[in-house]
This record gives sequence, C-alpha cells and structure tokens, in this order.
Amino acid sequence: MPHLFSADRRQFLMTSAGMAGLAVAASLLPAGLARAAGLTVGFIYVGPKDDYGYNQAHAEGAKAVKQIAGVTVIEEELVPETVDVQKTMESMINFDGATLLFPTSFGYFDPHILTVAPKYPEIRFEHCGGLWSEGMPANTGSYFGYIGMGQYLNGIAAGHATKTKKIGFVAAKPIPQVLLNINSFLLGARSVDPEITCQVIFTGEWSLAVKEAEATNALADQGCDVVTCHVDGPKVVMETGAGRGMYLCGYHANQSPLAPDMYLTGAEWNWAQVYTDMVNTTIAGGTIPNFVRGGLAEGFVKMSPLGPAVSDAARNQFEATQAEILKGGYAVIKGPLKDNKGNVIAAGGEAYAEDDVKLESMDYLVEGVVGSTS
Amino acid sequence: MSTETTGLVLAAPSRAWVETVARRSEGVALPLGALLIGFLAFSVFLAVLGKSPVAFFGYVYQAGFGTEFSWSNTLSRAAPLLLAALCVALPARLGLVVIGGEGAIVLGGVAAGALAMSLPGLPGPIGILMMGLGAMIAGGAWIGAIGAMRYYRGVNETISSLLMAYIAIALMNHLVEGPFRDPASLNKPSTAPLPDAYRIGELPFIDVHWGLAAGILACVLCWVLIERTTWGFAARIVGGNVRAAEVQGLPTGVLMVGFTALGGACAGLAGMFEVAAIHGSANASLAAGYGYTAILIAFLARHNALAVIPVAVLFAGLEASSGLIQRRMELPDATIAVLEGLVFVAILLSETLTGRMRLFQPELWRRTS
Repeated sequence: MPHLFSADRRQFLMTSAGMAGLAVAASLLPAGLARAAGLTVGFIYVGPKDDYGYNQAHAEGAKAVKQIAGVTVIEEELVPETVDVQKTMESMINFDGATLLFPTSFGYFDPHILTVAPKYPEIRFEHCGGLWSEGMPANTGSYFGYIGMGQYLNGIAAGHATKTKKIGFVAAKPIPQVLLNINSFLLGARSVDPEITCQVIFTGEWSLAVKEAEATNALADQGCDVVTCHVDGPKVVMETGAGRGMYLCGYHANQSPLAPDMYLTGAEWNWAQVYTDMVNTTIAGGTIPNFVRGGLAEGFVKMSPLGPAVSDAARNQFEATQAEILKGGYAVIKGPLKDNKGNVIAAGGEAYAEDDVKLESMDYLVEGVVGSTS
Repeated sequence: MSTETTGLVLAAPSRAWVETVARRSEGVALPLGALLIGFLAFSVFLAVLGKSPVAFFGYVYQAGFGTEFSWSNTLSRAAPLLLAALCVALPARLGLVVIGGEGAIVLGGVAAGALAMSLPGLPGPIGILMMGLGAMIAGGAWIGAIGAMRYYRGVNETISSLLMAYIAIALMNHLVEGPFRDPASLNKPSTAPLPDAYRIGELPFIDVHWGLAAGILACVLCWVLIERTTWGFAARIVGGNVRAAEVQGLPTGVLMVGFTALGGACAGLAGMFEVAAIHGSANASLAAGYGYTAILIAFLARHNALAVIPVAVLFAGLEASSGLIQRRMELPDATIAVLEGLVFVAILLSETLTGRMRLFQPELWRRTS
C-alpha cells in the first residue's frame, strides 16, 4: 500500500502543479493579449524619456496624446538603433495591437523602419528626421522642424547677455543639422554685436556626459560666458555651465528648472501639437502626409519663456525677430556671408530661407565660429 | 520500501554510470543552480518593488518564447551574441579573461563595410565571403594583439581588452565619419550602402538572418576544436598551468595568440553580419553592447562553446522580453540588466563551489553503496 500511496501523492503533486501552471498562464493571457478598442499608439525612444532633451521632448508629445479620448499610448525607452528597434516595433504591433508608431530616433529610419514597414502595410510608421522620399513605403512618413530658427533666437538672447563677447556651443557631431544650429546661434548673436565669436567643441557622441562636462568647462576656461548645445540630453551642459557662472540657452526641451536664474531661453520642440494633430487625423480616418515639416510658425518649434536675466533690450529684439520668423520663410543664412575659412557662402542679396533644401547638406561653419568640422 | 530503493541503486551496471553522472553533472548543475538563485534574488527584488515575479516570468515567456514572433525576436538577438560569446569563451580556456569583444565587433563591421565599398561588382557570394574574411581578419588581429601583448609583454589582457574596445569604437567613429564616409550620409555618417547582392538574407522558415546559422556552426566547430583536437587539448593545458605547459614544450605563445585571434575573428564576423544582414552599411550603431552581454553568456556557459548556444538563446529571450516588461509592468529598461547582473554575481560565486560539493564527487556514490 505505501507504494501505491506514494504514486498517488506524486500524481497529485504533478496534477496540482500543472493546474497551478495553467491557472497562471490563463490569468496572464487575457491581460497579455487584450487589445484596446480604440487606437493604440506606440512611442519608441533611443534614450531615457526624462533626459531634459531630445527624448523628453518626444515623451512630452506622447503625454499630450494620452489626453485624447479612446487612445492608448505605449512607450519604450532606451531602444538602440539595431535589430532591437525592429523587434520593438513588431512587438508593439503583435502584442499591443499598436497601429500608429512613432519611432523617434533619427537612426531608426534607414534601415529599420524601411525593413519592418513593408511587412505591415496596415500599420502607420511616423518617423522624426525628415528622411522620407518618393518611392519609400506609403505607410511610412517623416516629419521634422526648423529648429535652427530657435537657435537664432537663442543667439539674440546670448548676444545681449555676453560681456566677454565669446559664447560657446557644445555639439555632438559635425553633421548638417548640428552645423545649422551652431551657425544660427552665432548669427543671432552677431545680429546684436558683430564682434561676438562662438567657440564650438564637438564631443563626437550624441550622449557622453563626461565629455559634455569637459567641453563646457573648457568653454568657461576660454572665457565664454553663455553656452548652448546640441546633444541628446543637455542636462550636463546646463548644470556644468550654471556651476561655472555661464548664462544658458536651452535646446530640445525646457531646461530652466535646472538653473532658473542663469537660463535665458531655449529652442524647444513642440511635439505635443504635432502628435496631437497626427493622432486626431488618424482617428478622423484621414491620412497623415508622408512628408511633414514646420517651424515656429507652424507650431513645430517653440521658445522657452524668457528668464529673469534677459534685459529689456534683449527682450525687444527677441520678440521683434520672433514676430518676423512667425510670418514664415525667414532666412538666417544670407549674404554677404563667408565661412570661417574665408570661402564665400552667400553673395550679397542671396538668402536661404528656413525651408531651403540646400541647408540640409550644410558642411561649413560661418565666419566667427571658432572650430572645425573635421 | 527500503529494500525496493536499495535494490534499485545496487543494480550492478548502474554504479559506474552514477559516478560518471555525478562527476559530469557538476558542470551543468552549478550554473543552473546559480541561474535559479539569480532568478530567486531577482524575484525578491521585484517583490520589494511591489511587482509580481509571476507576471514578470510570464511576460518573459510570452515575449521571449511564447509565439512564433517571440522566437524570431529571440533568435535574431541571439545571432550576434553567439559569435561574440566565443570571443570570451575561447581565450578563457587558456586562462585569459578577454572582455573587449565589442572592439572586434565594431572593427569587423567597419572592415566589412569598407571592403564592400572598395570591391563593388563581385558576384554576391564572393563579395560576402570577402567581407566575412576581412571582418575576421580585423577582429582577429585586434584581439590577437591582446593575446600577444599578454604573452610577450605581460600586459593584463582583461584591462587591455576593455581599454582597446574604447579605442576600437573611437577608431570606428573616425573611419565612418572620415575616410570611409559616404558623402550622401548626411546626418548619420555611414559607409556607402551595401550593393543588394552583398546583403545577407533570412533563413528559410523563420524571420532570422543567416548569422544565426553561422553562430551555431561556429559554436559547434569551436567545441570540436577545444574538446576533440590536440590543439584544443594543448590550449586547455595552458589554461590549467602555463608553466607546466611550457615545460612540456607546448608553443604557449602561438596558442595564446592563435586562440585569442580566433575568438576575435568570431566577434569580427558578428560585426560583418550586423552590417550585411541588419544595417546595410557600417556606422556608429555597430557599438550596441553585444560584446558585453557576451561576457555574461560565456561565463554562464562555463566557457563551453556548445553550452554557449542555449545560454545565448536564454539571454536573447530575456532581452527580447524587456520591451514588453517595460510597457506592461512599468519597470524601467534597466530591469533586465539588474536580472543579468544578479545572475552574473551568482555565477561568479558558484565558481567557488566547483569541486567542493560532495554531491558531485564520485567517491560519495562509491561509499554509499
């Protein structure tokens, strides 16, 4: 009998373990595979969504989308630009039923979105970076904003604030988007005082806190008393700069909470409006255009509120210029203009408006910028 | 009851068999036990955070292994990890702790991208072969140099491999932003896009590129090399005791440089597959951290090339599920890294138990009879 009993007990244990397992699986599945009745929108970020920078700007946009009735927002941060993002997109589609995706990092588009999109023709892929062109999958789209204008306005605030006539720029890589920002920043400052120079330091990486701090300190050591940047997370530059007594011009998102007294203004993305519009278009059954761009006038870009250190003269010029830009078609790069090696970029009378495609292959630093693209 | 049990154990032919099993199972039971302890410690961590460990492992199963898509997700991530883990596992058999495989991956990728640019117009398979060879030479030379510095100059290979990984990444950035840059790649500096003929496609039946097959094949070949050839035997002797190996007249230097270079060649090949199967050109995205995850995998596999396969799949499954966990449980992305870290610590601790647990000593089983 003991033999029989032990067999029974074993059987009992196995059966109950199996049932417990099934119960666990059953309790997980409905939650796992449940799909929201309305629209599910997925946001994918390359860095942390509270980085005071590029990713936070997009996450703020996602937050605005959450307010729309019937919309479920799912988010994933720190997704590298590898097969990782391809699978994250597919995972959002397969497990969460997402039908509209915003993979926000520049490097997500080619080849990752272009690889995944043809497999899911019913799903809409909207990418930040402005890379879409004719012949690419119809269910993909690209949007971007003319944030160089924001750096021009930053430059005006900086030009009034600087006493040493030297302003600084911490930049990631010498690519066209970054070069346009640097040049715009200096030209904004030179619209106040043509004597001003801008020292630029490239860190070589989009996110490399140690080098960003070193670069900011180096700029302070060289006498720069205003600093701005174009890296993914401006937090380190802002905090280091404030610690060295430099005035700050923000980028990507509003960094004034980091140093309210030293923060002059900042060039911010306004993705909340862009994303709300796109999601509303989708809900209404419309189609988002494949190629969308805009600047301050279209509400793609906005400026941080002016800080307490901004003088009245600065405020007047800032607001007057902002009003000009809001009319659209403003040109920052206009002749006569030379690069910092002496080559002529624009002859007198020549001007490149904010939406000029020639600006997208910029490979020079204008006269007055101290630094080199290579 | 007692007679029944004794009768079973005493069955004459099974005794030697039990001893062998006891001795052999140590290598499996210890890492497996460490893995479970790591999972257990992580469950406590989750419980402290107020999250359900059951739900966590449920999502890991669902997103890593539960559906066909989950498998394609897991295996796509496993592909580079298999090759990268060999860059740790092979030198480890000679007693070298090489942790800078990341450097070989990125340089392998750059070499492949550069070769594709300079050799356009070859038939596809030959072009791919050339890219693979170039990547293996680049990765092999990089890690082989670490083995050479260790043998000839006494430079600590752990430190030098890690530091050289940073140099490799800087070199990659310089090359793809400078000499090898495709002028058309404006805002993401890259080498020129690979011609279509040089792209590596997907395996039949599953949505995973050929790098997976190459990785599994490489693991099997390396296992044969280490366990079944005189070269591998000599390498294991060097790993056991360098001086003894030299007294025996084994070419220690050749073995050290050769096996580190082979490990580096595997990692370089991983870089080539990233370029030819995923990215389509070489750029900064190559530095994705595969070389670092591979360290954990090789240690958990106890540097056995065959064991690398299931362990890499397990870790790839964990990483594949990290997104779903982030979205469903509102846990940060670092959660999986915490789990991997706990497992790694448990593995390192379990190493001290090797040879100390009586359960695995053949003598125990001899005596109890």
